[in-house]
Amino acid sequence: MLHSLSTYLHKKPRLRLVALLTTPVLWLVIAYLGALAMLLVTAFFTIDSFTGNVIQQFNLGNFHDMLTDAAYKNVVLRTLGIAISVTFLCTVLAIPMAFYMAKIARPKSQKILVALVLTPLWASYLVKIYAWRTMLEPGNGVLDWLLGPIGIHSPGFGGPAIIIGLSYLWLPYMILPIYAGLERLPNNLLDASGDLGAHNFYTFRKVILPLIFPSLVAGSMFTFSLSLGDYITAQIIGGKLQMLGNVVYQNFSINLPFAATIAMIPVSIMALYLYLVRRTGALASM
Amino acid sequence: MTISRNARLLLASLLGVGLAFIYIPLSVVIINSFNASKTFSWPPSHFTTIWWSKALENTGVRQALKWSVFAGLSATAIALVLGTCLAFAVSRYKFFGREVISLLVVLPISLPGVVTGIALNSAFTKQLGMSTGLLTVVIGHATFCIVIVYNNAIARLRRMGTTLQEASMDLGANGITTFRLITLPNLASALFAGGLLAFGLSFDEIVVTTFTAGPGIQTLPIWIYNNLFRPNQAPIVNVVAATLVVLSVIPIYLSQRLSQDSTTGGRF
Repeated sequence: MLHSLSTYLHKKPRLRLVALLTTPVLWLVIAYLGALAMLLVTAFFTIDSFTGNVIQQFNLGNFHDMLTDAAYKNVVLRTLGIAISVTFLCTVLAIPMAFYMAKIARPKSQKILVALVLTPLWASYLVKIYAWRTMLEPGNGVLDWLLGPIGIHSPGFGGPAIIIGLSYLWLPYMILPIYAGLERLPNNLLDASGDLGAHNFYTFRKVILPLIFPSLVAGSMFTFSLSLGDYITAQIIGGKLQMLGNVVYQNFSINLPFAATIAMIPVSIMALYLYLVRRTGALASM
Repeated sequence: MTISRNARLLLASLLGVGLAFIYIPLSVVIINSFNASKTFSWPPSHFTTIWWSKALENTGVRQALKWSVFAGLSATAIALVLGTCLAFAVSRYKFFGREVISLLVVLPISLPGVVTGIALNSAFTKQLGMSTGLLTVVIGHATFCIVIVYNNAIARLRRMGTTLQEASMDLGANGITTFRLITLPNLASALFAGGLLAFGLSFDEIVVTTFTAGPGIQTLPIWIYNNLFRPNQAPIVNVVAATLVVLSVIPIYLSQRLSQDSTTGGRF
């Protein structure tokens, strides 16, 4: 029976394809795409201010509210600022680390270093942010104890704390693609640059940086997009500061259509970012 | 390249700073789980193991752990089947819309979790009339785990090529036998790595879980989150956090031993 089924399927490649595709595509389309499309539609609805029920009537009121209220503009700018700072901080921290790992470390320590960078990816997200709560606690936190003697004090809970926390969370996502990019970079290119008289830093700027640009873009897609939609970090170490995710989260239970409208902001920013990245051609060479 | 001694030293110290940045907070979590002070004043003056024994007896933590493991295993099982099917279809066949599928599969993990979360929540509760519970958590997790398995499987399938399967068929094996004896054993380590990552992702997920879990369901991250701001639960939270930090070594060890190509998260 099994044998004849196998023979039958062998003769019909299209049937095999349909059998392979049907379940996963149905799953993704129904469980995900459908839900997402409905959310997009909901953004154009309003709620009845008395009953709190969603009124299914197409209008642009939410978008009008969102665009005219300065408070939302501030949240968008703040979130963008945080996402850009996080990406910048991660890049600055990651490049020397990845360079040492890829080009200076011996093969044996290379393996250990990669493991050391990967391990925190498996440690729980919440635990890591919780750790930074203990670190940043103003007055009796670890940071004040550690760096107080040299005159550096904890910034407390707020914007800088969010930037530190998010950079901490996403740093491995930036190190790994840069490390992979540098590994692929042939050593003799660097030798050639040195032989032609370029200093270390000049080689870095003119040879290494352009060649690892696609890796930087790959890393930034994680650091930027993951920061853009985050709200838990802001809740735990952000003090009273709000990011876009917090606004979505708060509106979710009281005004779903408006939450959906706000949710479209990070989605559109990401789409625009992906489009720009595509235009630079960095994705194609990844 | 000849890198000057000074540059080497500078890079080595920057690496040291980076690693300190990564590991100091994690060490603090572990040390604090032994901190005898109930307010966790730093630096700790006394150490104790009492919080560890209290945490072991905590029924809330145990139940949360059970739910997390159940959700993780179920989501991983679904993702393994669906992700592998998709990887086969995309790598072995040419069809209309193939590019769209590769986009569709990464979408759930690329969009912010809060967007996925509210979309799933309103679809489940409003459109489908389901009540949120463990099942909805599993559906949500499986949806973003598919891409992890898919990426691992498709990389392996592309590298494998089709010659081995063709040889097997030429020698008289039918499609099912070939799959069982040739394709699957070659694919197994990639699937294991993908499954491990998918489980890890599900086990740690909090945002989508917040929106898909019913009121009675607390996975481990949700439990931590709910108890984070309760001072009398802080010792238990510390122990759970420390345990999770220590346990994170296991998957790294497994994936490093297992294969070279998929330790980076299947995302690169």
